[in-house]
Amino acid sequence: MFHIYCPYCEELREEEEFHPKGQAHIARPEEPDACSDEEWGDYLFFRDNPRGIHHEMWLHAVGCRKFFNITRNTVSYEILETYKMGEQPTVGAEHLAREEKTSSVQAAEGGQQTVGASDAALASVKGAQA
Amino acid sequence: MQRYSGFGLVKHALRHHEDWQRQWRNPTPKPRYDVIIVGGGGHGLATAYYLAKEHGITNVAVLEKGWLGGGNTARNTTIVRSNYLWDESAALYEHAMKHWEGLSQELNYNVMFSQRGVLNLGHTLQDMRDIQRRVNANRLNGIDGEVLDAEGVQSLVPIMDCSKRARYPVMGASWQPRAGVARHDAVAWGYARAADALGVDLLQNTEVTGFKIRDGQIQGVHTNRGDIESKTVGCVTAGNSSVLASMAGLNLPLESHPLQALVSEPLKPVLDTVVMSNHVHGYISQSDKGDLVIGAGIDGYNGYGQRGSYPTVEHTLQAIVEMFPIFSRVRMNRQWGGIVDTCPDACPILSKTKVKGLYFNCGWGTGGFKATPGSGHVFAASLAKGEMHPIAAPFSIDRFHSGALIDEHGAAGVAH
Repeated sequence: MFHIYCPYCEELREEEEFHPKGQAHIARPEEPDACSDEEWGDYLFFRDNPRGIHHEMWLHAVGCRKFFNITRNTVSYEILETYKMGEQPTVGAEHLAREEKTSSVQAAEGGQQTVGASDAALASVKGAQA
Repeated sequence: MQRYSGFGLVKHALRHHEDWQRQWRNPTPKPRYDVIIVGGGGHGLATAYYLAKEHGITNVAVLEKGWLGGGNTARNTTIVRSNYLWDESAALYEHAMKHWEGLSQELNYNVMFSQRGVLNLGHTLQDMRDIQRRVNANRLNGIDGEVLDAEGVQSLVPIMDCSKRARYPVMGASWQPRAGVARHDAVAWGYARAADALGVDLLQNTEVTGFKIRDGQIQGVHTNRGDIESKTVGCVTAGNSSVLASMAGLNLPLESHPLQALVSEPLKPVLDTVVMSNHVHGYISQSDKGDLVIGAGIDGYNGYGQRGSYPTVEHTLQAIVEMFPIFSRVRMNRQWGGIVDTCPDACPILSKTKVKGLYFNCGWGTGGFKATPGSGHVFAASLAKGEMHPIAAPFSIDRFHSGALIDEHGAAGVAH
C-alpha cells in the first residue's frame, strides 16, 4: 500500500484515493494536424517504461481531484518525490533530458538504463515511501 | 530423448525411479548460433521448438537470465481460450487453441490441458450485447461459442449466486466449451525438453546485457557469459521487453504492470469450469490439486517488482465472494505477482524492428499464456523466413503509426 503525499492537499493519503495515469511530462504536439503519422503515434502510444526512476502522473481521485506528478522507482516502488503539475522533478531529471538527445541506434555496447538518482537527490525526497 | 509412457513408468518404478534421464542438457554457450531467442518462458521455448521441428533450424540458443519458465509462465492463472472479437486476434488465439488440442501428444509431455470450458459473465445490458456480438463474431470465425442466460449459467455452475439479490446480478455469459486450463509449468518444461532433444541449447543464468548492432543489422548479443553471435535475434521477454528494446535504441508502446494471482487452500472438487467476470473483475477456476486459482486485475501503476498491492487483492476477493458466497470463509494460501507488458490496444506485438534481424514478440499483457503454442509457432515461422507469418503480420509494431490497431480492450473479455 502506497502512502502518497498529495502536493495540493499537503497530506499523506492511502493509495486507494489515487489513480495512476501513466508517464508524466508528455507534451501534446502544438499542432496535431502538422504531425507526421510517426510523431502522432509516438505521442499517443510510445512510452519510456523504464526499470528504475519513472516520472508519472497521478490523480487524487477521491480527494482534491487534481492531477500531480510522482517520481517513483519502478523496481523498489519507493516514492522519491511528489510535485505539482507544471513543476519539474528534482530527482532523476537527467532522464527527461534523454529525450532531447538524438538517440543513437548504434547502441553497440548496450544501453544502460538511467537508474539510480544521486544520494544527494535522494536525501531531498519530499514524498513518502511505499 | 527418453520417451515417457505408462510402460516406462512401471519400468522405472521397478528401479526405484533412480535412473530417469535429465529432461534437458545444461550446455555451455557456443560462440555463434543461427538464431538466438532471448527469454526462456513458454513463448520463447515454443519458438525454439518450432524453429527446430518445423523449419529444421536446430543451431538455436534460448538465453534465460533466470531459470526456464520462471517468469509469467509460472505466474499466470493457466486459462486457455480463443473467443476474441476481431478477426486478427481470433485467428491468432484459435491457431494456438488448435495446437493446444494435440500438444501433450506432440511433446510427449502431459501438459494437463483440460477443456472444461470458460464462462465470461455479463452483468449489464451492455455486457450482454457485447457478449452476443462477440459470440457471433467467434462463430463466423469458426470458433465455438454460445450465449447463455442466467439460468444456463446457474445450471453449469450451481454454486454461483445467479439470483437477482446480488449487487451485480448475473444476466448471462458467453460460453466457450473448448476453452479450459493447462498446467503452466509443464508447458514450459515440455517445450524445453522437446527443443533440447532437437539440439536447441537452453542457456539458463545467461542474461543479455546489450546488443551488437552494425550498419543497422543485428550481429549478436552481449551476455554475462560472454558475447554470442547471431544474425537473427528474437526477443520474447514479456515485462522486460522495454528494457531490452532500449538496449537496442528502440522504443516500444508498452507499459509494464504488476498482475497478481492467488490460490486458496485445497478444497474438494466444487468448481469444474472457469468463470471470468470483467464487470466485477475477478476470475476463478479450481486446479486439479483442489486449490482455487484466482486472478486479479493489473495494478494501475508501472512496476517491475513482481509483487502487487493489497488493495487489488481485496477488490478481487470482494468480486469472487460476491459471485460465490460459498467461498467467503476459504483461506488464501499464496499470492504473487508477475510483470505484464500491456499494449495500448490489448493485443500483442509480433514484429520486425528498425534493426535488421532483430524481432520482438511481446505486449501480450494479461493474456499471453493461452497463446503460447500459437505465438511460438508463428514467431518461429517469421524468424525462419525473415518475413512475418500471415497470422502474425497484423500485429506489427507499425500499427501504432498507421492507426490499424486491433482494439481488443474490453471487446474480448480481456481482463485488465
